[in-house]
Amino acid sequence: MFVAIIFALVIVGSIIFHFWSPWWWTPVASNWGNIDDNIILSFWVTGTVFVVVCLFMAYCVWRYRYRPDRKAEYKPEDKKLEFRLTLITALGVAALLAPGLVTWNQYISVPKDAMKIEVLAYQWGWNFRLPGNDGALGTTSVSLISDENPYGLNPEDPNSKDDILVMDADLHLKINQTVKIELRSLDVLHNFYIPQFRAKMDMIPGIISYYWFIPEKKGDFEILCAEYCGLGHYVMRGRVLVDDEKDYSNWLARQITYEKMLAQKSVEKKLLIAENKN
Amino acid sequence: MSDEYKDNKIEAKSADSSSGGYAPPVEHIPAKEAPEQELYHAKSFWTKWVFSQDAKVIGVQYALTATAIGLVGLVLSWGMRLQLGFPETFSFLGPATYYQSVTMHGMIMVIYLLTALFLGGFGNYLIPLMVGARDMVFPYVNMVSYWVFLAAVLVLIASFFVPGGPTGAGWTLYPPQAILPGTPGSEYGIVLMLVSLSMFVIGFTMGGLNYVITVLQARTRGMTMMRMPLTVWGIFTATILALLAFPALFVACIMMTLDSILGTSFFMPDIFTMGEKLKTGGGSPILFQHLFWFFGHPEVYIVALPAFGIVSDLISVHARKNIFGYRMMVWAIVIIGALSFVVWAHHMYVSGMNPYFGFFFATTTLIIAVPTAIKVYNWVLTLWRGNIHLTIPMLFALGFIVTFVNGGITGLFLGNVIIDIPLSDTYFVVAHFHMVMGIAPLMVVFGAIYHWYPLITGRHLNQTLGKIHFWVTFLGAYAIYFPMHYLGFIGVPRRYFEMYDSPYMTSAIGLNQFITIAALIVGFTQILFLYNIFSSVFKGEKSERNPWKANSLEWHTSDYPPTHGNFGKELPVVYRWPYDFSVPGSDKEYIPQDVPPSQVSTAKAEIT
Amino acid sequence: MSNKELNIFKLLSQKPWEPAQAALDNEHDGKTFGLSKAKLGVRTVMVVSTVIFSLFVVSYSDRMLVHDWKSLSEPWLLWINTIILIFASFIFNKAKVYSDQNNFNKSKNALLLVGFLTFSFITGQLLVWQHFVSIGQYASTNPANAFFYLFTALHGLHLLGGLFFWGKATTKLLTNNFNVSKTKQAIELCAIYWHFLLIVWLILFGLMIAT
Repeated sequence: MFVAIIFALVIVGSIIFHFWSPWWWTPVASNWGNIDDNIILSFWVTGTVFVVVCLFMAYCVWRYRYRPDRKAEYKPEDKKLEFRLTLITALGVAALLAPGLVTWNQYISVPKDAMKIEVLAYQWGWNFRLPGNDGALGTTSVSLISDENPYGLNPEDPNSKDDILVMDADLHLKINQTVKIELRSLDVLHNFYIPQFRAKMDMIPGIISYYWFIPEKKGDFEILCAEYCGLGHYVMRGRVLVDDEKDYSNWLARQITYEKMLAQKSVEKKLLIAENKN
Repeated sequence: MSDEYKDNKIEAKSADSSSGGYAPPVEHIPAKEAPEQELYHAKSFWTKWVFSQDAKVIGVQYALTATAIGLVGLVLSWGMRLQLGFPETFSFLGPATYYQSVTMHGMIMVIYLLTALFLGGFGNYLIPLMVGARDMVFPYVNMVSYWVFLAAVLVLIASFFVPGGPTGAGWTLYPPQAILPGTPGSEYGIVLMLVSLSMFVIGFTMGGLNYVITVLQARTRGMTMMRMPLTVWGIFTATILALLAFPALFVACIMMTLDSILGTSFFMPDIFTMGEKLKTGGGSPILFQHLFWFFGHPEVYIVALPAFGIVSDLISVHARKNIFGYRMMVWAIVIIGALSFVVWAHHMYVSGMNPYFGFFFATTTLIIAVPTAIKVYNWVLTLWRGNIHLTIPMLFALGFIVTFVNGGITGLFLGNVIIDIPLSDTYFVVAHFHMVMGIAPLMVVFGAIYHWYPLITGRHLNQTLGKIHFWVTFLGAYAIYFPMHYLGFIGVPRRYFEMYDSPYMTSAIGLNQFITIAALIVGFTQILFLYNIFSSVFKGEKSERNPWKANSLEWHTSDYPPTHGNFGKELPVVYRWPYDFSVPGSDKEYIPQDVPPSQVSTAKAEIT
Repeated sequence: MSNKELNIFKLLSQKPWEPAQAALDNEHDGKTFGLSKAKLGVRTVMVVSTVIFSLFVVSYSDRMLVHDWKSLSEPWLLWINTIILIFASFIFNKAKVYSDQNNFNKSKNALLLVGFLTFSFITGQLLVWQHFVSIGQYASTNPANAFFYLFTALHGLHLLGGLFFWGKATTKLLTNNFNVSKTKQAIELCAIYWHFLLIVWLILFGLMIAT
């Protein structure tokens, strides 16, 4: 009796916790609200199974508790029942899987009008690179990295000249602008994760991975590294600020292009040489 | 002694000739084949108890060693929980120590505790007894297996004492981070870890050889495969998985060791770190992940399948009812085992691999849910119309069902590729795998220990302590891991040393403190359990033979507890499956496997 | 060899609780295969080794595609080693045939020759290593080199393991202190293992010269 009640209470408690506890996800701020819908669907389907199976178990524990005069049933199997249960389970699983795969297909099909942004991760921080007016990012290589060329941009590539370098942990995005982020890492695995955007992907040195989203709410969101990357993993944070058109243009105007940076650096260098000569 | 066994062998051979019927008659074993191996009889204390070739002793050795190293893993988890719950009060842990604790805790619990305990411990003790063999088929190799395992554990412990300490690369040991200086223990710790794992694989292969071949070839007369208890089915299938999956870990370990020591570039891509480009380059970190998870996913079932098998037997015996749908249970074990080799990349949905793999692996992963769900249904349907004794093993079995179903359904979240995107690498994952492959299998381990302890020692464990142990462990562990899922929903990433300056964390501080307190309580209860185990060897209530009235062969040995050689002069002959409980028309409440039909008045297994 | 027909589907569909099935099951001798334990053991070991080598081959094929891959220049010594290993396998087969005919004297000589050839092979492999080191081709120089060292080392270790059992059987024959059926089995199993390692080597060597 006591045992059955406690097991039932555990289940009831879990339901209460689920619906009434204050811990729940942050409001979605991107177009990936349908991922939340998938999660809710999974909750209903699997939650029902959990509750039914466990309450049935608690019922059996109470109803068929040991009595000396009781004799258990002898029933090796029941093909019909087992077949039905299999079928129902298979249908339930299919109901979870089908919408999930449809959403996944959206997740990996980047819209053509997406603006490309490079996210560059290193131990332990973030940099960004935006395409200039040509809308294309120049190619890069790790072996080209130097003080003058912190991103390892290919100077031969015409696309790289007007690339905008954001050497700061804050990235601004224009609201409702579709973004394809191209993820690049210099050293170890990282992961570009903003909980409110629901999206996530590892960054692997040597490979460019990607995903896309549309920031749909103005605000200030924290970037977290979500793939363990060594001692500083937990402090590897950044910010994404979603602006309206005007703020975004103001911010963009303050950024520097690769070409300008090269020019600046060579001026600095000349000054330095001049100083040394004096 | 040995002469008696020889006689027996001749009898066993003459039995071969009469076999017929369902399978084509066995040809007589050709003369060329070696004769049956004679049992090794230990003479001295050392060969009897230390360098023992008796599977029962080896099983206990495995279990004790695994428990000892498991305690280290437990203590490490306390350090982590204190840091997460009360970061300002307990500031003795720096990030390096924290990450080392995370790594060692994970690796110890998964490999050195659970795998070694289920296969090395229960496998060694139960397989020969349950299939009616005198010992494993290669007792010497079996002994070496244990000593290699012990050496692997010692190497693992040694890594705590080398300069730089043990590796802090996370239990997945992903390169290139694992062997780069930004990670603790990237110089010596990681190498010792890789060496220890390779040794574990070698030692395990020796043991696994024994378990598989003993089950296949050394069963007693009448013991068909489909008459084996589900415990044996679970361990047998898990061992086959392990023999095929551990090589992937071995291969990955060897290549990473070379990357670390010789500077090769198997997994090392072009890297720019500490202001310069490394000499290594061109390797693929994702290849390591594929190898690791090709081992890592079957590893989940290497732990789960023995638990499935054991819990089936516990439920059946203590509910006095045959396991419902025995055939379906066997099929489910085999199907789950086979499928476990084609789902590995569901651990890599966000790894940057080709995104189209997601479709395939999400589908295969969710298909596994079907046989697994069937097993759950059959467990609760076994309770239906049973006659349930709420003994401690039964309580743990019930606790297993709740935690396993809970952890299993969250697996449907993570297996569904799109839902995995927001949840992967958050506390949802941590909660999921602790529930499904930490707590649920541990429930079975505990249940199994309470169940078989009388067989091993001849005494019962203290019942009061046992009940306290169950309720605190079950309720406490549930209270730790159920709310932890919701931390994942908030978006708290795993493997964060601290995150109290983050907006997500403000609402979660109280929850983290609650989890820490619950974890400490549950942890200390395990000490109580260990005390029970050690004190009951001397003080426990004496157990009569077969206290649970079970049918399987291990309870029907000539000596109780079973001694060297397991069975007396003659091996038992099996006449039925192990689930003849409450057979209609029979005068007995249960009919052990070795009772011939002639001794059971009007015993018929009626079919409904 | 195995005469037991093992149909796993038929096996798994048995209903052990039914009296008709029970009558059949009571006659079962408790063995799944009509094989000796040792033979099954060697086969299991070969399966595990096959998985290991296959995973290495997969890794090799994956790594090969990256731009920094430089193919290895195989020295002629490797060809000689390969021929020696083929020869060893061939002689081992002879040893097995002799022991089947109870001609243990000839079998003993063949075994000694096998040992000589196998040790020559391993020495030859070490010479190739030395050659590579002397021309500055280290494991870290190029991934192809790393795989070469890895493959040869692993294959060599497998052979050393086999030589341990070869040594046990040969010593027994030399000291004339042996159990006929046990020794026959040992020779047969070692022979199988040698053929297996020959095939493994041919595949690895073929892979390395083809790419």
